[in-house]
Amino acid sequence: MPRFGMVIDTRKCVGCQDCVVACQVENDVPQGHCRDWITTEVRGTFPQLHMEIRTERCNHCDNPPCVTCCPTGASHVEDFGKTVQVTANKCIGCKACIAACPYDARFVHPEGYVDKCTFCMHRVKDGLDPACVSVCPTHCMVFGDLDDPKSQVNALLRTRKFHTLLPEAGTRPRVFYLT
Amino acid sequence: MLEITSTRHNPLIDPHLGVWSWEIPLYLFVGGIVAGMMVIGGLAMLRLAKGEDSRTFFSMQTPLLGFVLMNIGMLALLLDLTHRLYVWRIYTTFQVTSPMAWGSWVLLVVYGVLMVSALIRLPDAWPWLGRTVPVLKTWSDTLVARPTWIRALGWANLVLGIALGIYTGILLNTMVARPLWNSAILGPLFLVSGLSAGVAVMHIAATLLQGRSAPQGMVGGAFSAMLQPMGPQHPEKKTAESLVRYDQMFLVAELVFIAILLINLYTTSASHAVAASLITTGPYALAFWGGVVLVGVVLPLAWQGLELSHKVAHTVVPAVLVLAGGFTLRWIMVNAGQVSEITPVLTLGQ
Repeated sequence: MPRFGMVIDTRKCVGCQDCVVACQVENDVPQGHCRDWITTEVRGTFPQLHMEIRTERCNHCDNPPCVTCCPTGASHVEDFGKTVQVTANKCIGCKACIAACPYDARFVHPEGYVDKCTFCMHRVKDGLDPACVSVCPTHCMVFGDLDDPKSQVNALLRTRKFHTLLPEAGTRPRVFYLT
Repeated sequence: MLEITSTRHNPLIDPHLGVWSWEIPLYLFVGGIVAGMMVIGGLAMLRLAKGEDSRTFFSMQTPLLGFVLMNIGMLALLLDLTHRLYVWRIYTTFQVTSPMAWGSWVLLVVYGVLMVSALIRLPDAWPWLGRTVPVLKTWSDTLVARPTWIRALGWANLVLGIALGIYTGILLNTMVARPLWNSAILGPLFLVSGLSAGVAVMHIAATLLQGRSAPQGMVGGAFSAMLQPMGPQHPEKKTAESLVRYDQMFLVAELVFIAILLINLYTTSASHAVAASLITTGPYALAFWGGVVLVGVVLPLAWQGLELSHKVAHTVVPAVLVLAGGFTLRWIMVNAGQVSEITPVLTLGQ
């Protein structure tokens, strides 16, 4: 059984937002909302500045606080791929998962249930990449099985330096950023 | 320097979290009051089981009032939900790691225990109901005639009251993403604040309509049943004073727990210290020091101290202040807690 993750090369990402638009079209994301977005981080003291541009989304954590706090089991870890998903007709809209997510990756869909990135599992099950990965013009994103030592994601994580977002939250996120 | 910009623009999430509005603080407040009243009511029932008091003892009517208050809290909770038609989904499963699931099931039991407890006084307090549904009178008499049942009910009230009071704090406490909530003292703090608020509500309710007998009509009887916890007889002076003495203990404990909360947050991590400064020096400072600490704890503590030493007459003023402080505490914790976040690490030279 795979355990999906994503590797994003921040040295290639230019922040064009193609991934954001692709996601909104593919997943019919309601207007004014987004499942993925671009973050630009500038560190340092002028003129020694370092900029990192990255595309962010749900981290599909190995230890997801949104799943443990859900009172109905709507937020759950799917067997196939070990991704974090929301079953809309089990969600009561209590928003505990939104408050529990350190990445603020979730939002309330206008229809009332909580929505977020699904890693495009409907595409992945058909053997396709998630929409955001498939449209990236710089090929900065790679999607694959973290439990498969031969996968491209693992090859990149073996050879490149990387970081995750807020590792101190203890959520063990599965979106990795190459630096 | 560290500058972070984001293109994310989700409603209620950006620029900072604001998914919980007035409904959750109100629910936590009312839940705390009911928890406090259940604990005090439970203690009173244990005394009743020992044969120390009669059915007119002040706490015997608090389950009725608690039941009504609980409904207000549950209504607030329902209004907060954004997918309301699916609320029944909570009760078709039990998610063992979710404090909200535990709370939902505890609330069901709380409802049951409050209803049975209300039976002790119901036929007397609301004569119309006693006449219309005579079986309630039979049940009430059966219950009151058995001290072991009253004792069991007393313990059930006590244990559930403590569970309800603590759970409202644990609910927030488990969310690692919001540092202001990450202190285990939050549960006990909400419990003692709830105990104090519960006593305050009993105090206020006892002052209204005191010394009158219950109206015989349907509507008037229903209202007096809720608002007249001491029944037709005026409570003994020592009973009212012991209530105030209990409250003094709760208020001192609340002050200590608030201090522990701040010490705890300031000494945990940079994110926690920043979160604590939201309420100590930041935008919520006035509401915290003025509303929670001064109005909600210090003033009522001093005032009730004067009452107990017979320097001023007993009034409902400290009780009203305690309630105002209790609501402000929940309001601040829910709102400032949502604003608090894990702050990015800024290393030396940046």
